[in-house]
This record gives sequence, structure tokens and C-alpha cells, in this order.
Amino acid sequence: MSKVRVLVGTKKGAFVLESDGKRTKWDITGPHFGGWEIYHVKGSPADPNRLYASQSSGWSGQVLQRSNDGGKSWEVVGNKFLYDGVPGTHQWYDGTPHPWEFKRVWHLEPSITDPDMVYAGIEDAALFRTLDGAKTWEELSGLRKHGSGPHWAPGAGGMCLHTIILDPADPRRIYIAISAAGAFRSDDAGATWKPINQGLVSAHIPDPKAEVGHCVHHVAIHPSRPGVLFMQKHWDIMRSDNAGDSWHEVSGNLPTDFGFVIDVHAHEPETIYVVPIKSDGEHYPPEGKLRVYRSRTGGNEWEPLTKGLPQSDCYVNVLRDAMAVDSLDQCGVYFGTTGGQVYASSDAGDNWAPIVRDLPAVLSVEVQTLQ
Amino acid sequence: MIRVVLPAHLRTLARISGDVELEIEGPVTQRSVLDALEARYPALSGTLRDHVTQVRRPFVRFFACGQDLSHESPDTPLPEAVAKGVEPFLVVGAIAGGRG
Repeated sequence: MSKVRVLVGTKKGAFVLESDGKRTKWDITGPHFGGWEIYHVKGSPADPNRLYASQSSGWSGQVLQRSNDGGKSWEVVGNKFLYDGVPGTHQWYDGTPHPWEFKRVWHLEPSITDPDMVYAGIEDAALFRTLDGAKTWEELSGLRKHGSGPHWAPGAGGMCLHTIILDPADPRRIYIAISAAGAFRSDDAGATWKPINQGLVSAHIPDPKAEVGHCVHHVAIHPSRPGVLFMQKHWDIMRSDNAGDSWHEVSGNLPTDFGFVIDVHAHEPETIYVVPIKSDGEHYPPEGKLRVYRSRTGGNEWEPLTKGLPQSDCYVNVLRDAMAVDSLDQCGVYFGTTGGQVYASSDAGDNWAPIVRDLPAVLSVEVQTLQ
Repeated sequence: MIRVVLPAHLRTLARISGDVELEIEGPVTQRSVLDALEARYPALSGTLRDHVTQVRRPFVRFFACGQDLSHESPDTPLPEAVAKGVEPFLVVGAIAGGRG
């Protein structure tokens, strides 16, 4: 019998929710690391009981936790994220140079094949990797040093590397995204990088062809077609059919194309999901209606999914790492809100219900499908 | 023997119940106390001071004998009462709440 485990990072701790394949009854454990901000929790595809969690606080900085038993117990692992060499400067909000300073880990991406190998995306933006189960970390500094680094600038949430995608078909190919620098690709396992932002259009950027400077919020792929990328940019839903070499807009008939999350159906590579948010100044759903929008055509044509979601007076946000899918036959879709609800659909988005509803603000949601 | 009192969230993190007692050879300073503390409890490494610069984290404060020692040099000897274990060395999370 299949099982689903949902890993939820919140502003005040981590929670683990488990259900059988029916996905109707959920057992909730937590808070783990109560009181700390948990930006991300993710399991290893190679060993689903191996979990990694990013734990941080304004008082005590960054801590990394590892579980070897699916989140029942945890151990503190390495938290030394030291930039390679003299880190130099990036651009500050006012355009002046600002020294690179480690702040926190936003995203953990375990290797597809090795439970001891994990990539970490950090603020101020850089990519790190561990080969020893998170005891020690090393920067893949070819990204930060590829040339445009001094021109990167923080978004409103800080200068964070928040998205890491490992190509399941090519172990040497990695995609990452940084707010507000843009998306980048490596074809040599992280040694060298190139910006992949051609076709992105961001208002007020003086040079529309600038290779960096775009506020990418999230990127998603379908594992069977890793060269097709879907992006929620600050504004605009974008699509690339050539591994990011060029992008075109697929926002189509969305009520607003601002938002944070984007994800792809587990079995239908052209079915994608977003949660439109009113604007960059108003981080809540338009008209107070929480709606997931689904496109079955890879973008442009979108339908609102509303059954079971609040359709009045709802003013929560859904943050960039807070949507995930399971891979059961009937694809499950999950997302968490800043109001502390985690909503799930066990029929690809047609019907929704909260599987927990009074958590602290949700920062991230990941899902493991267990056999 | 030096006594160190940690805030609750760091005791939880390092799985410590009660005060910490440390033996320190040589001068008893903030640096030697924190070195010994991190050696005994590696989970605390980086939570009190920066890994590289060794600078105290902004919202961590050090008190002892009714004094705020947070701005003292890390190599200044701590009060004799701390060195003798009469008074504890207090690690305090600064009152900086309100943001949620």
C-alpha cells in the first residue's frame, strides 16, 4: 500500500504529515524545532527516510538537521557555509557594492541517487554541496564567480538562491534561480554556469536584454521532459522548451500573473499549476478568493480550481517553495499558506481540502510518495 | 569549574538539561568559555558567534555578576566569581521580539 509523507516548514517549526494512499486521514507530528524558522525540509529520493531540514532564527543563525528515520528523530549536522575565497561584493538595493554575507539556507535539494549528497541554496546567493550527509559543505563557486555576480541584487526577501533542479536525465545538468538575479544552468555538474534569462521581460530594467536582474520566483520541470522549464517570475508565467536558452510568456488568461509557486502534474508534463496573487504590493489572492489555476496545455489556457478552497475573505499568500505534488496514480497536489493551512487535492486539483489548518505561516511544502 | 546558563532554545538544540559545567585550563575569557562550550556541544557551533569572524551574533548577549559583558573583548578575563564557579556565565537571547 502506498503512503504519502508531507514535509512542512513553517515560521515556528517543522511538521510531518502522513497518510495512506487514500489521502483522507492524516497523522501529524511536530512541531519539530519549535520556535525556529524552517525554510525547507526535503527527503532524499534515493533513501526516503533520509530527510534534511534548514532551521534558522534571528537570534541563533543557521542550523542544519538530518533525520535517518523519516523524521522521527533528528541530529544536528554541519552548518558551516563558508564562501570560497574572498567573497567580494554584489549590488545593494541602492546600487552600491555590498559584501557577500551568509544569512540562511533557503532550499535543500538532495541528489537523486546519493542520500549523502545534497545541494543547498543560500542567502546571500550561492550554491553549496555536501558529499558526506551534510557534515561538511563546499561552495560550488563557479556560479557566484561566473562574471555577473557583482551585478546581482537582492529582491524584497533578500538575495536568495531558492530553486535548485537536478536534471534526472543528465547528472551533469543543474538549474538554479536567484531572486533577483535570474535563472542559471550548469552542464558540468556545477563547475561552470551561464545565465538563462533571454526572453524574460521585467518592467523598469533599463536593458531588456540584460543577462541578469530578473526576479525569478520559482521554476519547475517534469522529470520525463527536463528540457522544458516552467517559471513563475515576479510577474509573468514563462516557459522554455530549450533548457532555458530562451523563454516565452504563457500567462494567457490568468486573472493576475504575479505569484510565487509553480509546479507540474506528476504524470502529465503539460499540466501545470500556479496560485495567482494580486500584485507585488498586495500579497494575497485577487478578490479574496483562493484559487489554484491549472493549465492542461503547458500554459496560456488556464482554469480556476476552487472546490474546497475559500472563495471569500481569504487574504493569505502561498510562498515559492510551498507547493508540491505526489506521484500516486491520481496525482495529489499540495500547497501551504501564510495562514497556516495546508490544502491537498487527491484528484489533480479538481477538489481540495485542508489536511491541517492552524499551523504557523507555511514557508515550504514537500511531498514524498512512499511504497 | 565554570557554570554556563544557556537560553532554553539552545539547551533544546544541544540536548542539554540544566546548566553546563566546563573545566577550562588557562585564562577564563569569553573566547575560552565559548571554545570549550562548542567543543563539548558541537551543535552550538555557529549559534553564538560567527564561524569565521568569531564575532558574537547580534541578538546574543553575555551577562555575569550583574554586568553586561557583551561588548567586552572576547579575550578580556571574565570576573573572578565566574572563573571560580561562584557565579554563572549567562548567555541570553536579546529581547528583540515583535516581528512574529
